[in-house]
Amino acid sequence: MMRPPEAESFFADSRKAVGDTDLRRKLEGAVGRHLEQVEIVAGAFPQYEQEKVAARRIKEEAISRLPELLEQLRRNLEAKGARVFFAGDAAEARNYIVDLGRKNAVKLAVKGKSMATEEIELNHALQGAGIEVVETDLGEYIVQLRGERPSHIITPAIHLSKEDVGKLFEQKLAAPYTNVPEELTVVARARLREKFLAADMGVVGANFAVAETGSIVLVENEGNGRLTTSLPEVVVAVMGIEKVIPRASDLSHFMEILGRTATGQKLTTYVNFVNGVRRAGELDGPRELHVVILDNGRSQMLADPVLREALYCLRCGACLNVCPVFRRIGGHAYGTTYPGPIGSIISPSLVHEGQAGHLAFASTLCGACKDICPVKIDIPRILLHLRWRATEGDIAVKWPQAAHRVRTGAKLTARLFAAPSLMRALSRAASVLLRPFARDGYLSWLPPPFNGWTQSRDFPLFGGTGNRVAGAKSAPVEAGNTGSGPTGSRDAGQRHDPEAHETEQAHQ
Amino acid sequence: MAEIQLFAGCLAQTFFPQAGEAVQLVLGRLGLKVRRINDAFCCGQMAFNDGLRKEATTLARRLLGAVDPALPVVLPSGSCTAMIRVFYSDLLCGQPELAQMAQRIRPQVFEFSEYLTQVLKVTDVGARFESTVAYHPSCHLTRELRVTNGPLDLLKSVRGLSLREFEKSEECCGFGGLFSVKFPHISAAMLEDKIARVSASGAKTLVSCDLGCLMHIGGGLHRRRLGIETRHLAEVLAGR
Ligand code: SF4
Repeated sequence: MMRPPEAESFFADSRKAVGDTDLRRKLEGAVGRHLEQVEIVAGAFPQYEQEKVAARRIKEEAISRLPELLEQLRRNLEAKGARVFFAGDAAEARNYIVDLGRKNAVKLAVKGKSMATEEIELNHALQGAGIEVVETDLGEYIVQLRGERPSHIITPAIHLSKEDVGKLFEQKLAAPYTNVPEELTVVARARLREKFLAADMGVVGANFAVAETGSIVLVENEGNGRLTTSLPEVVVAVMGIEKVIPRASDLSHFMEILGRTATGQKLTTYVNFVNGVRRAGELDGPRELHVVILDNGRSQMLADPVLREALYCLRCGACLNVCPVFRRIGGHAYGTTYPGPIGSIISPSLVHEGQAGHLAFASTLCGACKDICPVKIDIPRILLHLRWRATEGDIAVKWPQAAHRVRTGAKLTARLFAAPSLMRALSRAASVLLRPFARDGYLSWLPPPFNGWTQSRDFPLFGGTGNRVAGAKSAPVEAGNTGSGPTGSRDAGQRHDPEAHETEQAHQ
Repeated sequence: MAEIQLFAGCLAQTFFPQAGEAVQLVLGRLGLKVRRINDAFCCGQMAFNDGLRKEATTLARRLLGAVDPALPVVLPSGSCTAMIRVFYSDLLCGQPELAQMAQRIRPQVFEFSEYLTQVLKVTDVGARFESTVAYHPSCHLTRELRVTNGPLDLLKSVRGLSLREFEKSEECCGFGGLFSVKFPHISAAMLEDKIARVSASGAKTLVSCDLGCLMHIGGGLHRRRLGIETRHLAEVLAGR
């Protein structure tokens, strides 16, 4: 089982991750290549912006009509012979699927790529019931062999190199070592074929569920989603309530953007429509089709006017790729099913990850996520909202002592800021008192709780680092002889420009 | 003579008086009368960004009270400008009176380079600055205010200045206000990459429109003794 994502472990794991130069090199390489491709493909598509706006509108409509659309979806799925189960939380969803496995005497379940089943920790539950579970998406297969969780919602093994995979296959599958991706794929493919043919249950997620037609739509690149939904006798699709869209025609907009933003493809290799059970005369398709519609905290998001926007998410993974924090610490350090910016805004609401409130603070609010998001989710705004809710005590965060002290210090500073003349007097005093300890206008040590700063940077001296602006008539501002360069001498820090000084005085 | 108000913000008032002075000098040379807002210290962003809404509201109230709504407000900071223009509506949503005051001044609030290039329509202020310069486009300026070309146009018009590009310049420097002390290891990892790219560009001066980034990158550069100085854009434009 997964550890609860507490603040304490986030600090420890992210610290370990930034220190792991090997991991950082792999991440930066893989994510960088990925993004380049996304940029090329998106740049060559003039209607991109327009399609994003259209997609956003559809999501807005769907989420505002959610109860009605889910009901319509249920009716239309049932009309096609599927059975629909509404799961309030992860445990209900898990139990339903495990029961299904038991009733059908399932020995082997194959899985298509699905973050919702990661969220409910289905593999663990099925294995507990004696059912073998095999992930069939290549990336998922790799992390499963390693006993890990996916580190990215689209590219689960992004933290690994092809050499890592070669070694893994050599160890676990007794395959001769290679680092050639095509050869590695052949190895996995041979193993997975056997599993597909032997499986008595297929489990998938859903990228979209069309209310109007009762169709489950799966977007993928390996064909494993298609095999998982057409070969086994019993098929289960697990979807969050937010996956429903009104009309089949809406898909045209999503198809234009999803591949481009997620993987830099114009269109994914496969777009599968699962339309009910096998009908008389059909050669493939399941005898039983079950659709598990998962809430698990999503209605809570829906009820929050700021947070509800998070339900528009397509799980394209683009916000992870551009996030400077994700790119430094990788997915595992987050400790949540969904890492990166989207994970930080939804995890606190997902029932079993209710402890993830600290993640909203682990962002510089740089806005890169908001800029790339194909449905324009204002992630920084939601992060700010969650920070406020955490401060109000709506979301509990167990801060480690150091971080807690920073917050107390910030509160105190903010109160001082409300008294400008006092603040100015204090800065002047600090400037005089600390000047003997400064070197060219910088301090290299700060006391707790702000010592985190001086671990890797110097801190400017109160009252100015010594860079002065010369008045119009006096000496020109010259680069190189003031400021932070090694040539910037102590004198630079103490040099006073009489005119600038006067200006300052005049306004105090 | 046209008049504007200058709100320097907490970082300029505490650590970088030269930035406010430079703005004053540059705008003064363009014939504007500059009135400093001295009765407020901080826009409240630091507090707001940490979820401290009560403290942030107090600071916003103080600032809104100190502003003359009839005159433009110019700030030497993209992120404070974004705070007032973009985030005040969220911060003050429960305070109709303050929200209304914020609404009233919103169209009059400008980041320094934005005011020069978009309001005054000036890109050449007659400055001279002898250095090789790299420009760091700060996050809020770029992605909240969409001010991207103005600062570059201003820099290109400076005599003696040679502009260098550096890789991934639009990536965040890792400051993020309290983020830098709360998650110092992540912040430092971001800073490290920023510094490596700036220094690979061969620049001797790093320029930005945000003092937060300059404090952060400047502190990192100083620690590493790389011989690269940091300057607010206004300081460069004040050079003669
Ligand atoms: S929040 Fe936006 S960018 Fe991030 S995964 Fe969801 S749709 Fe993609």
